[in-house]
Formats: sequence, structure tokens, C-alpha cells
Amino acid sequence: MSDGVLRLQGLRKSYNVGLPTEVEVLHGIDLKVGRHDFAALSGPSGSGKSTLLNVIGLLDSPTQGELFLLDRPTRAMGDDERTALRGSSIGFVFQFHHLIQAFTALENVLMPLMVTRGKPDAEATERARALLTAVGLESFAGKKPNELSGGQQQRVAIARALITRPALLLADEPTGNLDTHTAAETFALFRRFNEEFGCAVLVVTHDPRLSDSCDRTINLVDGVIVSDRVK
Amino acid sequence: MWIEANIALKFLRQGRIQTALILVGVAVGVAVIVFVVALISGLQGNIIERTLGTQSHIRVQPPEEVNLRPAAPAGTVELLNEDKRPQRLRSINNWLEVQAALDGLPGLKAVSPMASGPGFARRGDVLRSVSLMGIDAARYERIIPIRDEIVEGEFRVGAGDAVIGRQLASELGLRPGNKLRLEAGQGRDAIVNIAGIFELGVRELDARFVYLDLTQAQALLGLPGGVTQIDVTVLDIFAADASAMRIARLTGLKAESWMETNAQLMNALSSQSISTNIISLMVALSVAFGIASVLAVSVTQRTREIGILRAIGTTRRQMLGVFLLQGGLVGLVGSAIGGFAAYALVWLFNTVGPGLFYIPIGPVLIPASMALATVTGVLSAMAPAWRASRLDPVVAIRYV
Repeated sequence: MSDGVLRLQGLRKSYNVGLPTEVEVLHGIDLKVGRHDFAALSGPSGSGKSTLLNVIGLLDSPTQGELFLLDRPTRAMGDDERTALRGSSIGFVFQFHHLIQAFTALENVLMPLMVTRGKPDAEATERARALLTAVGLESFAGKKPNELSGGQQQRVAIARALITRPALLLADEPTGNLDTHTAAETFALFRRFNEEFGCAVLVVTHDPRLSDSCDRTINLVDGVIVSDRVK
Repeated sequence: MWIEANIALKFLRQGRIQTALILVGVAVGVAVIVFVVALISGLQGNIIERTLGTQSHIRVQPPEEVNLRPAAPAGTVELLNEDKRPQRLRSINNWLEVQAALDGLPGLKAVSPMASGPGFARRGDVLRSVSLMGIDAARYERIIPIRDEIVEGEFRVGAGDAVIGRQLASELGLRPGNKLRLEAGQGRDAIVNIAGIFELGVRELDARFVYLDLTQAQALLGLPGGVTQIDVTVLDIFAADASAMRIARLTGLKAESWMETNAQLMNALSSQSISTNIISLMVALSVAFGIASVLAVSVTQRTREIGILRAIGTTRRQMLGVFLLQGGLVGLVGSAIGGFAAYALVWLFNTVGPGLFYIPIGPVLIPASMALATVTGVLSAMAPAWRASRLDPVVAIRYV
């Protein structure tokens, strides 16, 4: 169990439980993600990728089975406990970057720390600046999201996902609406942080070029893992 | 709390036009409430002051005389044809003891005995009917500060001195220093010296009141050593009827408060207060609904941002706090603006207005309205804030 970040055991997820329209989306998933994994989760639309990512990200809870995050069982947790665990150990990057418009780039990066710990100290601010520098946006710290391009916003979102030094970085189609060049740059950032910070990265993508550049490719079809290849 | 306040402020500043509109809404509402409340309380204070300027708060008199008759034996039918008794001029029994007892009662400001009855004032062959009022000057002045109303001469009701109203003085052509003959019927009369002339501003009183020394009035009215009533003023004028009831129970005398003698006025005042409260309540309600609807729109507009905040570790409680704070802030800032506007309006009314009366703004009114508006803001924000805190982050993030 030692170096596992994430472990899924017989995980099932249904919607509309108890109703005639009940539908099972994930049919018993078993999966382990190690501390330094750099994995792509791919599959056709409707295969349950996003549902699986939401469950892993503790945004949604499984109907059956168990999910261990850092060896802690999570299914029985209440909302506050899940929120705290999510805030401290998972970083999210979404397809549509989702920055908070009212705050500057620097404040957006600091947001996960601010909501869990309150006013950021000098050390936290320094770390946020270092992350902005790492994503090449040191001179944009004081800009609001609407003054940044799509690629720049996505890089701010990546810096935000890493500010808490999460054990696991989850990205849902992070390059979905970026051009090829920007997409490649963004992906390179993931790779770099995976190596530098040693955080596990799980990327949902159906871009074969991106999944090919990952160390591990998990293929999900109709709610079942059909292949799990490590290079 | 720091981050909730920070996000709430940033959200409000970002939605600049919405925020400005609702602030104006709150400000107008609070200004209307503060101004109306100040105006009405100023008006009522003025009316009460004018009414009570010329009368005591409680009048204590002997109980009315009734016919005493033997009880009918049981089982008989009684048919009664009764003539009510005329009410003689009578003294309060043991009035000095009653006065001493009243002096010791809490909540009373002044107690003053008076011997009063009807009489005539005659000069030459001109006759006017008057009210003879024998007073203990020092005590009476604490009931009605008659000294402040003297327009000629001085307030002095020693032996042989009388103070009369301006109307009577002009009808009889009297000036201070002149003599006046007072008649009380049954051959009792006296010649008094006019020491001063007062003007209370109420024609009826200025034409009828003749203030005399208590002893002289007692002699004139045939009530040696007696007084016909005791006037009382109280500290809290709206507690006058409670005090009157207490005095009546304590002494067995008839005690009437100004609220009973001015029942119609009281009725008018309380209707006025009720309508002021209804107006305030309605305005407050519409302000509350305004705040609630603006925040509801804001929650919908920010659904995705709420989702992302939840995803990166914001708890439901924090989310609730962000929107409750927005409601409270809008209430606080809006009411501060509104309070200032109302203050300016009142100042304008007092300096360049019609000048009929003065509107006082108490030190409590504006802070109290601000506190109330802030609480109202928080309460109005409850429904939208609850919705924000209950948003499912999975759904919220995908909301377009």
C-alpha cells in the first residue's frame, strides 16, 4: 500500500438510484495510481471518463465500492471532510480553465490556500509567484483573467492546481480548447511538475497524441477498464 | 471569515452596476423610513408638548357622589327611578396625607394641590365668568411653568395677589397693579391686586384662568383648608395611565390621566404610529426582496465560479458565508448612505422648511436603522446563500 496515491476497489457509480431510470455508468472499477504516475485516461465519449474523474476528485461519491485516497477510505466521509481532503491533496485543471473573474492571476493561484487557511503569508505568496514564473506568467500576476489569453488562463489554472502541493493532479480535457502549440506547452508543464514535485498526474483526454506521450494509458469503454498499459 | 469577506467584497465590486442599483434601493428605502419616523415622532412630540403644556398629566379628584340605598331583600324585583346627585364642590379628604403619599411614589415628577371652582370677575359693570384656581405657587410651577408665560408683571400669588390671562385682562381692561373684584356666589367675594398677566396661547384658558393664593381661594370657595384636586406630572408621559391607576388604587380617589382626558388625541396619535409602522414595514419588505433577488441572480451568474470554489476546497459553510456577507454589506452600506440622506433631508426641513415644528433626530435612530438594515440584508440573503452552498460542484462546474 506504501506508495499508492489512489486505489479504487470494485467501484460502481449509478445515477437516478432507486428510480426506473436508474443507470449504471461505472461497472466495478479497480485501479491503482502510484505517487509518480503520469497517466492518461482515455476512451470514447460517454464511456464514463468524466464520471470516474469526478468520483476520484471527491466531487461525486461512488454508489458501491471504495476509493482510498492516500490510504484513507473516503466513501463514508461527510461533505466537510471530503472538501478538506479535496482541498489539501487534489489539484484540478478543467477544460474551461475556470478562474474566478473577480480576482487577479496571483490571487487565483493562491485561492486554494486562502479558502483553507485564510490570509496567505509571505511564504505562500512567494510560492504562488514561483509557480507563475514556472508557467511563464510572472509578469501577469496582477492581471485579471479577462486580460489573459485562453492558454495563459489555463496555465494560471495549472499553477493554482499545484499551489497546495497536491498528491494527485486531475485534468479534464485540459487542452480541449487550446491550439496544438499551446496544448503541447501545457502538456509539457504537466510533465515537468510530475517530475519536479513528484505529484501523480491523471489526465482525461481523447487526443491520441497526448495519451501517447504519457507513461501509462488507461482505456475506459462503457464504464469498464479495457486496457491499462504502462510503457 | 477573512476569505469569505474578501470574496464577498470582490463579487460585489465586480458586479458593479447590480451592486450600485441595489445600494440605491436600500438607501432610498432607509432614507424614507428614517425621515418618516423622524417626521412623525417630531410631529407627535410637538402635539403632545402643546397639549401637556397647559395641563397636568394626572388629575386626582374626590370620587363622585352617588346615591346610597339599602340593598333589596333577596328574591324581590327592584324597579329603580333614580336622580343622579349633583356634584358639590368638595375637598379631598386628608389631602395633606394624600399629597405626602404621592410625593413618595416613584415615577412622579411633581405633585401640586389646587382649590378651584367657578366664579365671576367684575370690573365696574363688566362681568366675566372665570375659573378660580388657588395654588401653591412653588409646587404648581413644576406642573405648568407659568412663570415662563408671563407677558406683563410678574408671577406672584401671595395674599391678595392674582395672576390672570391676557384675554381676560383685555376684556376687562386690566394691567398689573389694577384691582379686580372676584365673586364666588353666596356673598363671598374679594378684591385682588393684579400681579401679572400670562399668555398660554389657548384662548379659552387665557380668558378664564385666575390664579390665586391657595388660602384665599379656599376662603372664596367656602372650602376652608380643603383642596378640590391634586395635579400630578409623571416622568414618562406614556406611563401616565398606569400611574393614574396606581394612584386610584392607593388613595381610593378618582385619578384621570391625560390619556383619558385626551382619548381622541391618543387615538389619533396611535393610528398615526400604526400607519408609520406599516409604511416602514412595507418599505423594508420591498428592500429585502430587492436584496434577495439581486443575490439570487448573482448566484445563478456565478454558478460555475461557485462550483470551482467548491472543487478547490471551499466548504458549504464558507459559501453560505460569502453570500450572507454580501447581503449584510449591501444592507450596511446602503443604509449608511440612506441614513446620511435622511439626515440631510431633516436638516433641510428644519432650516429652510415651513418651520411649523422642529424635527429632532435622536442619536439612536440612524444607528438603529443601519443595524436593522444589516440584519435584514443577511436575512434576505438566506435563500440565495443556501442555494449557493447546496450547489453540486459537479453540476455547477459544467453549468454554462
